[in-house]
Amino acid sequence: MRQNPNPNRREFLHSCLASAVIAGGTHPLAPFFSPKEKSKVVIARDQLLRGAGSNPESDRLVKMLDRSMQALYAADTPLDAWKRVVRPGEVIGLKVNTLAGRGISTSVLLVEAICERLREAGIQEKDIVVWDRLNTDLESAGFRPTSRQGRIRYFGNDTLGYEDDLSIYGSVGSRLSKTLTQACDAVINLPALKDHSIAGVTIALKNLFGAIHNPNKYHLSVGDPYVADVHMLPPIRQKLRLHICDALTAQYEGGPSFMPQWTWPFNGLMVSLDPVAMDYVGWQIIEQKRTEKGMKSLQALGRVPNYISTAADVQHQLGTNDPRHIQQVEV
Amino acid sequence: MPSELHSPEPQTIDALPPDSALSSLTSLVEVLPDRRTFLKLAALPCFSACAASCLGELPGFSLNAAPPPEEDSRFVVEAQFYDKLQYKKTRCKLCPRECVIDDRERGYCGVRENRGGSYYSLVHSRVCAAHIDPIEKKPLFHFFPGTVAFSIATAGCNVNCKMCQNWDISQSRPEQVRSAYVPPKDLATLAQQNRCPSIAYTYSEPVVFYEYMRDAADAAHALGIKSVVISGGFIQQDPLKKLCPGVDAIKIDLKAFSEKYYKEIVNGELKPVLDALVTIRKLGVWNEIVYLVIPTLNDSDTEFRALAQWVKTNLGSDVPVHFSRFHPEYLLKNLPPTPLETLERAKSIADAEGLHYVYLGNIPGHPAESTYCPKCKRVVIERIGFTVREIHLRKGECEYCQQIIPGVWQ
Repeated sequence: MRQNPNPNRREFLHSCLASAVIAGGTHPLAPFFSPKEKSKVVIARDQLLRGAGSNPESDRLVKMLDRSMQALYAADTPLDAWKRVVRPGEVIGLKVNTLAGRGISTSVLLVEAICERLREAGIQEKDIVVWDRLNTDLESAGFRPTSRQGRIRYFGNDTLGYEDDLSIYGSVGSRLSKTLTQACDAVINLPALKDHSIAGVTIALKNLFGAIHNPNKYHLSVGDPYVADVHMLPPIRQKLRLHICDALTAQYEGGPSFMPQWTWPFNGLMVSLDPVAMDYVGWQIIEQKRTEKGMKSLQALGRVPNYISTAADVQHQLGTNDPRHIQQVEV
Repeated sequence: MPSELHSPEPQTIDALPPDSALSSLTSLVEVLPDRRTFLKLAALPCFSACAASCLGELPGFSLNAAPPPEEDSRFVVEAQFYDKLQYKKTRCKLCPRECVIDDRERGYCGVRENRGGSYYSLVHSRVCAAHIDPIEKKPLFHFFPGTVAFSIATAGCNVNCKMCQNWDISQSRPEQVRSAYVPPKDLATLAQQNRCPSIAYTYSEPVVFYEYMRDAADAAHALGIKSVVISGGFIQQDPLKKLCPGVDAIKIDLKAFSEKYYKEIVNGELKPVLDALVTIRKLGVWNEIVYLVIPTLNDSDTEFRALAQWVKTNLGSDVPVHFSRFHPEYLLKNLPPTPLETLERAKSIADAEGLHYVYLGNIPGHPAESTYCPKCKRVVIERIGFTVREIHLRKGECEYCQQIIPGVWQ
C-alpha cells in the first residue's frame, strides 16, 4: 500500500480535491470508498455448481448470485439488494470481458441471471446494454450482438464508436466509448478472474480498458499506473456501481488468452463495491493457485500487478489493497 | 511519430493552387512575420490539398461518426518480422519494443494482431490520410526542392509522444478511423496522375505500416516515382536494412538527445533511433533530421551541443538538421510555444559545432529557412514557409562558387 502517512502540502490538497470530486460528482447509488470502513469482498462458491456435467447449472448459479448480493448489501432478499444498485428508468450497462472467447470470458449464464434480477428491480429490457470492446469479441464468447428496439441490447464499442475528445488523467489520454458515456447511466462491471501475461492479473480494474480507444498503449510497466489512471477518468469513476467477477472458471497462467491447461473450476463469484479490494483478493487467489501448481509467483516473474496499490494510493483512492481493511466474506 | 501535421479537413484536389498562387504567398513576408502574417503562413499547409476526393472512398477523416463495419480482409497481410512463440504467442521484431502478443491481441502500435499464433498487419493499403504537400513540409530541404509529395498515412504508431499533432490517427486503431483501400499500384498511379514526383509515408508512423510502405515504394519506382519516409526511426536494424534500398530519402524525428526524454515523453528509446540514423547514413539513403524543441524538456545548451557533436561525429557535417518550433498539442498543452530565441540559440550552437545545414522550422519567414552555401555563404535555396522562391544550384553545386551542396536534386 502506497498511502503516505505524512502527506506533504501538495499531496494533502490533491487528496482533498479528489475526495471533493468523488463526493460531489457521483451518483447517490455509486459506491463511495471510505478508508474508515472495511471494503467487503464477497466470495460465493458452489462445489456442485456443475452437477454431474462440465457446465454450470443455471439455477445453482442464480442462487450463488443471490447469496453474494444479499451478503454484500446485508439485504433480506436479493431484490432488496438489487434495488440498492439500480433505479427504474436508468440504463444499465453490463461491461463483460469477452476478449478470450468461450472458456474464460464472462459467461452468458451469469449475464442472463443478472438481467433477470435487474428486470425484477424495475429495469426494463430496453434499458439493459451488454457491452465490450468489439462485436466480434461478444460473439466469440457466445453473445449475439443486437440493437433491437425493446430488447436487451448487446454490442461492442465498434457500434457507437468513441468520443472525439480526449479524457485525460495522469498518464492516460484516451477517447472513451460512447456506450459508456452516452448509452449508459450506470455500469456494472463483470470481469473474469485470470492471469495476464503482461499486467499480472486482469480482474475488475483492468476490465475498464475495454472502455477506451487505445488500451494497447497502456500495457507498459505491468500496466502501472495506467490501469489505475483509466479508472480515474470521470465517466468511468462516476458510472461504476458494482463489480461482479465471474470466477466460475479461473485461469492462473497464460492469460488473457484462453489456455485450458491453466484453468481450474473455481465455481464461484466475487462481488464487491471496491474494485481495488476485489483485485487484491483475486490476485491472491491466483497466486495461491500458482503455488499449488508449483509455478513461480508473479513477483518472481516480474509481473506483480502494482497498479492495484497505485489505485489505492493517495492520488487515486479507488479502494483499498490493505488486507486489514478488506472484509472477505464467504457464502 | 513525425511532427508534420495532417489536415483534418478533407478538401478537393482541385483546391490545390497553381504554383503562381503558392509563389504569391512569398510576398507576404519580407522580415519576421507579425501575428497576422504568421497565421496566414501557418495556413499554407491547407494549400497542400487533401487528396480525399481522388481516393474516392474517403468521404472525410472526421472521427465523429463510428466507421461502418468493414470487411477487413483486404487490409490484412502477414507481418514480415516476427517470431512464433509457444502457446500461440508471437514476438514482433519490427520495432525495438518487441511486443510479445497473445492470440487475439495487438501490439503497442494497435495495427498488428496475433491471429491464432500468426502475426498480421491490419493496415496494408488502408489509407486514412492523404494530402498533396510541398516536400518542404516534411521537411526535406535537400530533396527535389519546390516539388510536391503525395503524402499518406495509415492509423497507428509505435510510440506515444505527448506532443503528437496527429494523435487522432496515430493513436487510433485502424477500425477507429475512416480509411480507403489504396493498393500500392493505385497509390503510385494517383501520385503520377497528380504530378507528384514522390510519395511520402508520413503523418502517423510508417514503421507500423512497413509492409505496405515497401510494396508501395516498389510500385512507385516502377513508375519513376520516388519514396520518402518520414519517421521517428524507432525500428529494428534488420527491417531498416531491408527498407533502405527501396526508398529515396528518410527524415528522422530525433525527439531529444536523452533517454529520459524518450522514456517519459515519447514512450520509446533513444539508442535504437541513433543506431537507425547511422545505418541510414551507411546505406547511402538521403537523410535529414528534425528536432522539435520543447521549452523546459529538451532545450538546454548541453543537449543541443551533444546532439550536434553526435551528428557531426557519426553522420557528418552535411546532414541537415531542422530545429522546429513546438506548439501545444495533445497531452502537452501546458507548455508554451518555443521562443524564437531558443531556436536561434540551438542553431548557433549547432553552427558552432560545425554542422553545415542547420534550419529553423515552423518560423515562417525566418532567414534560417533558406539554404546557404557553406563556402561562399550565399543563399542557394531561398524559402519562405514551405515555398521555394529561388534556387541557385547547378547540378548540385552552388552556382556562385561551385561548392557541392549535398542532396538529391535531380
